[in-house]
Amino acid sequence: MATTVQTGTAVHQAEQYGHSRLTETLYRVLLYGAVVLGGIVFAIPFYWMMRTSVMPTTQVYLFPPEWWPERFEWHHFKTPFAVFPFAKFFLNSTFIAAGSAIGAALSSSVVGFSFARLRFPLRDIMFVVVLATMILPEHVRLVPTYLLFVELDWIGTYRPLIIPNWFAPAFYVFLMRQFFMTIPRELDDSAMIDGCNPIGLFWRIHLPLSLPALGVVLIFMVTAQWNDFLYPLIYIQGVPNYTVALGLRLFEGHMTNNMQALMAASILGVLPTIILFFFAQRHFVQGIVVSGVKG
Amino acid sequence: MASISESQTQRGPFSHFMRDGKPMKPSTREAWYGYLLASPWIIGFIVFTVGPMLASLVIGMYRTDFLTETTFVGFRWYQNVLSDSLVRKALINTAIFSFTVVPINTALALLIAVMLNQGIRLQSFWRTVYYLPSVVSGVAVSLLWKWLYQPDIGLLNSVLGPILRPFDIDPPRWIFSTEWALPSLIFMAFWGAGGAMLIYLAGLRGIPTSLYEAAEIDGASSFRRFFAVTLPLLTPTIFFNVVLNIIGSWQVFTQAMVMTRGGPNNATLTMVLHIYNTGFQNFYFGYASAQAWFLFVIVLIFVILALRSASSWVHYERV
Repeated sequence: MATTVQTGTAVHQAEQYGHSRLTETLYRVLLYGAVVLGGIVFAIPFYWMMRTSVMPTTQVYLFPPEWWPERFEWHHFKTPFAVFPFAKFFLNSTFIAAGSAIGAALSSSVVGFSFARLRFPLRDIMFVVVLATMILPEHVRLVPTYLLFVELDWIGTYRPLIIPNWFAPAFYVFLMRQFFMTIPRELDDSAMIDGCNPIGLFWRIHLPLSLPALGVVLIFMVTAQWNDFLYPLIYIQGVPNYTVALGLRLFEGHMTNNMQALMAASILGVLPTIILFFFAQRHFVQGIVVSGVKG
Repeated sequence: MASISESQTQRGPFSHFMRDGKPMKPSTREAWYGYLLASPWIIGFIVFTVGPMLASLVIGMYRTDFLTETTFVGFRWYQNVLSDSLVRKALINTAIFSFTVVPINTALALLIAVMLNQGIRLQSFWRTVYYLPSVVSGVAVSLLWKWLYQPDIGLLNSVLGPILRPFDIDPPRWIFSTEWALPSLIFMAFWGAGGAMLIYLAGLRGIPTSLYEAAEIDGASSFRRFFAVTLPLLTPTIFFNVVLNIIGSWQVFTQAMVMTRGGPNNATLTMVLHIYNTGFQNFYFGYASAQAWFLFVIVLIFVILALRSASSWVHYERV
């Protein structure tokens, strides 16, 4: 809505300072031209991916390359499942993503609540430390956490990928804390008159109100875990336990001359995050507003 | 940040317990719950952050594969880091990647956000078009770009070829050439500019229109309005984003691992890839730890420089 107001003022201003209608029209044409051209550039890799996945073999490797498939061959989408247990890979990735996301949402909301609403010594120092760990590069802990998980005998299980996320990852604590700060304190008072303790207050008042923020945590975590490559590469052993990301890389090694199947597998690999994005677009945007703008 | 001090002055929700004469001191009770509810983070911080970071320093003093060999070597690995030509190569590559991707992506994201904020039709459609590439990432995207960069029948050269051939120039061989491999990874990173674009777009919408009206009354051109109103008000958002981008870009790994494996001739060897190779491929975990600390210190220096610079260009007064 704000945008229409701005456009209105722009036109108004143009007239006021004697810009001709022609200048204004030219500006709009250039603007739309740039937006459309840029959009095409951003969308073309996706197009090329889809175009490759359905092309007949005889056409894919033609030089110069052709833009439109002479006929659509959908069977390339079956190849990944025939060569490797791709359905299992999807299940594995889903398990890791869901396990991590639930843990991250629960733990970070509890911690975020305590930082937002309870007063205890060192709280503000701890919150500064939370902010500091947000800017901590992950790789410093790569080797020592590996040693830790070796000692715990967790290598070859999904635990190293899931369990750390049950301990309130800093970014999500920050996000939840910022969200809880926006909940009016009057609600706290009325809950306390009913004799709620802090846990009851969190459970009955804050948690139900924070579902949108929890949604953001879930979406971000699922996407991050789905796309992750380094940690599965280090911790997962045995092809049947592979995630989609590891499976795709394995598949590439076996399919050097079957680009259609490789692109089909890649499409399937990114599809869940795209579907998630379309279903949760509003949350995506909202999470970014809460986390990015208020920083 | 401002909200921290703000919360300090506000009373806690359970402070009134102070008055109702319960046996346990109310503030103690509240603190108890505070620590209880914050404990997941406290435990996680000790077990998965502070502990490992300190352990990392110590592991860096050993020659160890975590299985058969553990020999104390003192600071040898740390000294090695500074003279190792591969580490230097990885450092230079990663620095080039970071120093090109962060500013260009920031400018690109801002440009797209400003364009989409001009009241264009189908704004949410275009927003999705620009944002979607940053939702997908990881191995699938690396495989896709490897295919796009294919020198003979890839998309890129099929567009560039016909343009360049009349001038007798052969299009680059991208990830297969030592000079173009790193730029290939950089260009590919621009495709992800939509993530920051979405943040800036949200920031732009938060700027009150009254400010534009005021600027208009003062007779500011649209060009001036952008630099005098829009940009300053957006600087906190830009700053937050740039800091996160610096950290992220120094940790580039997946593309280098999947598309080029650091090659050709180490042209795309990045720091994290090198740490991975040292530790998890060659099993010099001590050396990998020392390199990780080295990288950590470098990233920390750039983050501190960014934070230091903030006072000169980030406007925190909110209207």
